[in-house]
Amino acid sequence: MKKHIDTILVQSGNRTDAGTGAISPAIHLSTAYEHKAIGQSTGFDYSRTGNPTRSIVEDTLAKLEEGHRALAFSSGMAAIQAVLSLFTTGDELIVSQDLYGGSYRLFLQFEKQYGIRFHFVDMHDDSRITEKLNGRTKAIFLETPTNPLMNETSISAVSSIAQGHNLLLIVDNTFYTPILQKPITEGADIVVHSATKYLGGHNDVLAGAAIVNSEELGEKLFIIQNSIGAVLSPFDSWLLLRGMKTLSIRMAQHEKNARVISEYLKNHDCVSDVLYTGRGGMLSFRITREEWVGPFLQKLKVITFAESLGGVESFITYPAAQTHADIPVMERNRLGICNRLLRFSVGIEHVDDIISDLENVFNQLRGEAIIHG
Amino acid sequence: MGKKTYSRQTSLLHSHGYDAHTGAVSTPVYHATTFHQSNFDQFGAYDYSRSGNPTRETLEETIAELEGGVRGFAFSSGMAAISTSFLILSKGDHVLISEEVYGGTYRLITEVLNRFGIQYSFVDMRDLHEVARSIRPNTKVIYIETPSNPLLNITDIEGIVKLAKANDCYTFLDNTFMTPLLQRPLSLGIDVVLHSATKFLAGHSDVLAGLAVTGNELLAEKLAFLQNSFGAVLGPQDSWLLLRGLKTLHVRLKQSSESAYKISRFLETREEVEEVYYPGLSYHKGHEIHVRQAEGPGAVLSFRLKSEVEVRRLSKAVKIPVFAVSLGAVESILSYPAKMSHASMPQPERERRGITDGLLRLSVGLEDTNELIEDLKQGLNSIKIESIHDKIIHL
Repeated sequence: MKKHIDTILVQSGNRTDAGTGAISPAIHLSTAYEHKAIGQSTGFDYSRTGNPTRSIVEDTLAKLEEGHRALAFSSGMAAIQAVLSLFTTGDELIVSQDLYGGSYRLFLQFEKQYGIRFHFVDMHDDSRITEKLNGRTKAIFLETPTNPLMNETSISAVSSIAQGHNLLLIVDNTFYTPILQKPITEGADIVVHSATKYLGGHNDVLAGAAIVNSEELGEKLFIIQNSIGAVLSPFDSWLLLRGMKTLSIRMAQHEKNARVISEYLKNHDCVSDVLYTGRGGMLSFRITREEWVGPFLQKLKVITFAESLGGVESFITYPAAQTHADIPVMERNRLGICNRLLRFSVGIEHVDDIISDLENVFNQLRGEAIIHG
Repeated sequence: MGKKTYSRQTSLLHSHGYDAHTGAVSTPVYHATTFHQSNFDQFGAYDYSRSGNPTRETLEETIAELEGGVRGFAFSSGMAAISTSFLILSKGDHVLISEEVYGGTYRLITEVLNRFGIQYSFVDMRDLHEVARSIRPNTKVIYIETPSNPLLNITDIEGIVKLAKANDCYTFLDNTFMTPLLQRPLSLGIDVVLHSATKFLAGHSDVLAGLAVTGNELLAEKLAFLQNSFGAVLGPQDSWLLLRGLKTLHVRLKQSSESAYKISRFLETREEVEEVYYPGLSYHKGHEIHVRQAEGPGAVLSFRLKSEVEVRRLSKAVKIPVFAVSLGAVESILSYPAKMSHASMPQPERERRGITDGLLRLSVGLEDTNELIEDLKQGLNSIKIESIHDKIIHL
């Protein structure tokens, strides 16, 4: 019986330990596993290659994304690095033009040092994708919605281009999570996550995941995971599993709050525009005056000024100086990641408290503007 | 506590000081992935845990001090430390690697790095002439393990460093078997020291971790960039476990090494054993070089039985050592390289390197030495008994 995602999430790890009946699975810290005799393995030999606690979280991730197999990594970037390691010098990839700064930095590194080429395009326009295609193109990598501009791309539309040209389609599903979007069901081959964000959800564990749609890709990626060794530790696997149990109810509350806040910001005269898709807990907005950004961030009392997103606490990030600092200024401005843009990861606090925090700060800024002109 | 005025034994316990806020002796575990920024114009020391985490940083400072380097880096596994370090190279670069390298490193080089256009050749690092002949104009790194895994072959570190410097390439050394207590490669001119800290440094078979230390500021910058960019970082809980393990490294290694020496002397007396490989034995090839460059033989030894059949009998009969992969733990671990650590190496390559079907590796733990010897004795005795038994059946 195919279960609802809420049920998969809550039941993850349960009934995995017949010996004790533990509901919360044991954390297997052991790095080595006894062999009863030569060639007799329990399936676990060495923790980098396979760990019982990590296996549970990997199986859960595969189910959530409706993939064939999932692999857990020590960070979201480690997952992306492993996926990029599927390619070879001379290969080319077509990638979203506005995407997380860390991915952008990694792509440049792969291009400069290992000779894998990246074409940054606007994924909304099929012709922009097709004009970059050539015999060396091996994959399309997209984020939807994008970070931080919240542009949505139709995965199935890009998937038909990918399938038509025999390309792998890789989708970063960090912002929506499988609660709102399951890229594999829309034709993606690989889904990547910074599980540090919504999946973990508590700003207390760094983790990454890659979920694939076939046995062949699973085996290839497993060899890379085992060779590069950037695996998620047992303790962090357990924390991630624990976090995911509440993903469904957290996401519902994030979205409920984000909808109210986006309306509030849209109607506020200190805000010039709000970028929100109507789904999920992420939105971005531009404050009307660039000189307000600094004091705005410093005066917040409930919302935290920090990097990262997807946690239970509300965060505001300044992409130009934090997440996207590695993208050159000209390029940033061309894309719209200007110096007035703020990214808001709406938490699950009471929405009235978040709004009054914003209202207080806006009032202070306006008051000071009146005094100082 | 002042630096460099204390022995390594003492600095293992005190080098990282105490928590500034609470005075806690045991370093706090910071699970926070992100850190509030109170100043808009100048961010604090920590912003995002992948880029920097206080618990991981304590560990990184400790290992840098122990190895005598300028900066240390902690990774999610030994292979993550090794792969990240190799990836400072670019397409077209060449690396020269010890031919008897750990199976996982062999797989990384031949199956992953080669796809990025990084070329490689394997060489017997004991033969400095062959090393010199194998260096190409595009050779950027010479990678060594000494003592090597599993045959405990000794490489002349200074000899390699000299060749590398003359040819303008970096030297990487896997120091897993020795730890900085017994061998400090940076002081001999090595550029990057690597560790599977899963082994002796952590010592309890309960944490997977890798470390890299360099004495070169430029390399430190490159490694810091890649550690952050690739993100194969060690988690805070694991960093803490490793720091905890380090506190007993000195006593663990001392006890295990003493036992390993006695066991090697026992094994050499047994007729079932064709050869014993242990740097502490005066006739071990490279013994003199090892004595010059290291402060002890360590706690890993290998020995050769006649065949796989005999290995099967021994591994079935021994009661104390765990028959498993890995090494460097408080528990003694008996491994079968042909099917474990070196399984990823093709058979002809493996056998050419001396990793035959009769070879066993023993990582000596902290059990009572005499009990370990007694256990091995009954295990070796069982080989003969079973073989007589087989003959009777076949008569």
